[in-house]
Parts: sequence; structure tokens; C-alpha cells
Amino acid sequence: MNGAVGASDTAAGPDGSELDRLREIARRIRVEVIRSVHHARAGHLGGPLSAADLLAALYFHELRVRAEEPRWEDRDRFILSKGHSSIALYAAMALRGYFPIEELLTFDGAHSRLQGHPDMTRLPGLDMSTGSLGMGISAGMGMALGARLTARDVRVYVMLGDGECQEGEVWEAAMAATRYRLDNLVVIVDHNRLQQYGWPGEGPDGRTPPQAPGELVAKWQAFGWRVLHIDGHDMASILDAFARARAGDGRPIAIVADTVKGKGVPFMEGRFFWHTRPIKPEEYEQAMRELGEPVLGAPAPEVTR
Amino acid sequence: MTVMMGRPQREVFGETVAALADDDRRVVVVDGDVGSSTRADIFEKAHPDRYLQMGIAEQNMLGVAAGLATMGLVPFISTFVAFAVVRPLDQVRVLIAQPSANVKITPSYGGLFTGQTGMSHIIVDDIAIMRSLPNMPVIVPADDTEAAAALRWAGAHEGPVYIRLGRDATPRVFDPGHPFRFGRAEVVREGSDVTLVSTGAQTARTLEAAVLLAADGVSAHVLHIGTVKPLDVEAVVAAAERTGRVITVEEGTVIGGLGGAVAEALGEHRPTRVHRIGLRDVDVQSGPNDALLDIYGLSGIRVAEQVRSILAF
Repeated sequence: MNGAVGASDTAAGPDGSELDRLREIARRIRVEVIRSVHHARAGHLGGPLSAADLLAALYFHELRVRAEEPRWEDRDRFILSKGHSSIALYAAMALRGYFPIEELLTFDGAHSRLQGHPDMTRLPGLDMSTGSLGMGISAGMGMALGARLTARDVRVYVMLGDGECQEGEVWEAAMAATRYRLDNLVVIVDHNRLQQYGWPGEGPDGRTPPQAPGELVAKWQAFGWRVLHIDGHDMASILDAFARARAGDGRPIAIVADTVKGKGVPFMEGRFFWHTRPIKPEEYEQAMRELGEPVLGAPAPEVTR
Repeated sequence: MTVMMGRPQREVFGETVAALADDDRRVVVVDGDVGSSTRADIFEKAHPDRYLQMGIAEQNMLGVAAGLATMGLVPFISTFVAFAVVRPLDQVRVLIAQPSANVKITPSYGGLFTGQTGMSHIIVDDIAIMRSLPNMPVIVPADDTEAAAALRWAGAHEGPVYIRLGRDATPRVFDPGHPFRFGRAEVVREGSDVTLVSTGAQTARTLEAAVLLAADGVSAHVLHIGTVKPLDVEAVVAAAERTGRVITVEEGTVIGGLGGAVAEALGEHRPTRVHRIGLRDVDVQSGPNDALLDIYGLSGIRVAEQVRSILAF
């Protein structure tokens, strides 16, 4: 028993129970993120937590994928360009049934399929290796173009960080994708308004956000993309944006999703230093309580690493 | 001495990849706005729907190629060596080399012959860099014959390949139809006094040096390395044993290049003193081809001079 949750099997629009189902999956992703990072004593937290709702919506509602056949040729592609949030992707994949949930406890370990940053050569179901920022969108553009050249109905989704949008390659790809009218390419920017350290300034903890308010929306629009600006923690808005993105008009789509870094664990929310940091035992228990997950008083089980 | 000139390798690139695409629907060319120089325009004319212009944005271009490869396509990269190797090196490393993406990195304007463009366009450390990447074969064809055969081999091979191609016509070393054998070195001249090991278009000039040396009574054995990685260690060891003296000659830096590869192999398998002729940690500049060969000691005459002075010690 690996505890996998089935994908939505209804074609109808999301009703309240579907939204509740996805919210519960997002909560479980967050729980597995905290558990795995605590167990590994390494890994990122803030970004995985901000991306959890988006990943739940992708893997349990939007993507046409087959967990039991991860190399299915006609699957939709997903690239986590902000590869440092890998543990949230692994949690979503485990819950979806790509591999046993227990394997999450190997995260970051030697010989693990769940490397610190996604390594497509090790884990089936990863569509690209990422971690060096700015590259996922280029690879995604190649997939979207490749789908067209091979006449396959494949959609490509790429999740970027907002700090990642400081990489020049992102805008090289943004310009080129418009040229090729790739409306089967959807970029999702996890706009959690914090990067690892950032510039000194007036913001929380004395740091400024990676971009000024409205800057990302204006930039993607200026590069010719169709921009959908949403609350990245509101499941109904997320599903609505994915549905609207399917109606192609020749422009690639950028979903700018406003999120909160560390979302779901109040003492981590909006604090840049939780980008990556080991969790103390009392912090682990507090985080689990805040996520509504029982803490059994025992440390996470040991597994062979 | 009569020298038969080959055709420019960049023309061979455009024609050969176009011919490959006639038979293989998976073949595409990804261009960084230099198709009229690399002769990707020949491909574009034949297969306009499979010529993908990416503009002046090489990092994105290499990433797009990696994405195309995952969809079952076989992208050939069209740009200059300088802009295929160092500018997008991180994309090559993470998206192509590490995951063994089926991308053919086939730039031209390799070595010193770049049409008098100078230091920004001349890259001499591409062999050293590319051979250090995991899963990345490195091929440096001697002439048009070998370039065409190597490109055809690359199209059929599953996985990444780096092929350094040249801009200008250089002397032909192999007759048309001569097969390319991946990973195999070729003895192009038999000799007994000294072994000269070279790669790429330099092999023709090394052969020229061997003729000049013969006039002085020095019998040079010349080994051409078409595949720098994986290196044909057996052939290198055999060539070293034949004369006991090894000199490498390359149109590139001796730091980690062919000279480095040969020295590493002999150090491990048959310790032999190795001298390296090539660019020795120097800056480069623009100039006519013959002037550059003279300045950097790579013309047949200059190679022969250096071999004589090495042997005099």
C-alpha cells in the first residue's frame, strides 16, 4: 500500500468536492515536504510550500499523465524549472502513485532517485533535469515545438520561480516562444515574492522582493505572452486559469500565481531565511500541528539510504 | 608537393545534414542566426519546415535542442564553435551532457580560421572543455571527407556528440568514401624516428611537416586522431612504442586539449615523454589564415622547425 491518491476521473468542471480533494492533496504535499526535509536534514522549504497548491492542481487535475506508464509518449510534459523545490514535486508524484510514499524519506541521499535537484536519468516521470535556473523554459519550449513538429497533442507546463526570472535565458526563451506561436506552452510563475537572499531594503527581514508589484505581469505581457494573474493558493482560481489556458490564441501562456513563501506553516511564511534551513525537532512538531497532521511523538522512520 | 584541397567543412555540414533529413524525418537544424555562415541555409532550402531559427540567444537554443530531443527529434546545432561551447556551457552540461540528450553539437568556425574575426570568435579550448563533460564524444574531422562521414555517423548514433567543424577549405587528407570509424585513430604516414599525433585540419599540415622532415632524413610517423574522446589508447600506445618519441600537434590550446589527452593516456598506459605543439596559454588575434598559422607555429614549415629543435635535445 503506497497511499496513492487517484487522479480526477470526471470530465465535468470542478465542483466543491473536487476543490476540497485538491486542497487536501496540497496539504498532504506540504506534510510530506516537511517530513522529508526534516528527515534528510537538508533541502529547501519556502519554495516547495509556496508551490504545493499549484502542483496538486497539476498532478491531480490538469496534466494528462499516467503514473503507471511514466514514459507514455503522448503525456503532457511538466518541468520544474525552479528545481530547488524538487521535494514538493516528488511528494506530488508519490501521492499520484509514481513511486511509494516511503521513498520520499530517501530524499537528498546518496543513490536516491530523489536527488536534491531533479535528475531525469534517475527517476522516471521527470521530464527534464533542472536546478541550474532559467533552463526549464527553454527545454519546455523545445518540447512544445517538438510536439507540433511530430503532430502530437501534447501540452507543456513549466514552473518558474519569480527570483528565477532574473535569469537572462528566461527572456531569450520568452522572445523565441512568441515567434513560434506556441500556445501549447504554459509557464507558471510561483510568485512568492522572496528569493534566497535578495537585495537589502525595506521588505520583510530587511530584504526587498525579487520584482516590484506588477512587474512580472507587465514583463510577460511585453514579451507577447497571454498573462493570467491569479492567487496561487486559491484552488478554484488555479483550475480556472488552467482551463482558460487551454483555449489557445497563438500566444504562449504565463500564469503569474501570487503565492506566499512557506505557505501553510505560519512561522515560515514570508521569511526569506526559510528558503533552505534545517528544521529543529520542536519546529518540526509545530509545523506538523499547523498542517493538521498528527505528530506521533516519534522521529520519522529510518529507511535504508 | 601538390596538395589537393578539400571543400569547406561548413558546406559539407549543410549538405550532409540536409541529406540525412531526406531519409530521417527526425532530423532538424537549430540555428543561432548564423545559417548563412555555417551553411545551415543549404538545409533550410531543402527542409524549410525543419529549420528552426532561434535568433541570437545561444543559451535558449541549446535548451530548446534538449527539449526537442526528448520529443524524439534529432537536432543539429548551427552556430560558431565559440558560441556553442562556452556561452551555453551550463545548458550543454545540465540539459545535454548529463542526461545524454540526443543533440548533435556541430558548430563550425573551429580553430584559428574564423574569417579574421579575432579573439571573441576564436576559441582554442573547445576540445579541452568538451572532452571533460560526461557522455560527450568529441570528434575533430581532418577534412571534408571525414566531416561528412562523421556527421552521418552522428545522425545514426543515439546520444550527444560534439563535432568541431571548420570554416575554410583545407587540404584533403582522406579520399572521398573513406569510412569514419568512431573512436579509431588512423595512421596517415608510416615512420620510425618520431611519432606526430594530430587532429582536425592540423593533420594535413602535420603531414606537410613530415614531408619536410623526410628531406632532412627524419622519418616521422603520423597518427590522426579523428575522435579525441573516446581516445584510441591502443593506437596511441602503439604509435609511441614504434618510435619512442611523441609530439602532439593541434590547432588549439595544449592545456587539456589533444596534447593533454595523449599525455594522460601515455602516462597511464606507457609512460613516454610527450612534447606538445599548439597554443601555449597565449591570447589570440585576427589575421589572415596563413599569418595566424605562422604566428602560432602551426604551418607545416613551423611544425617541422619545432620538431627538429625538440629532436635536437
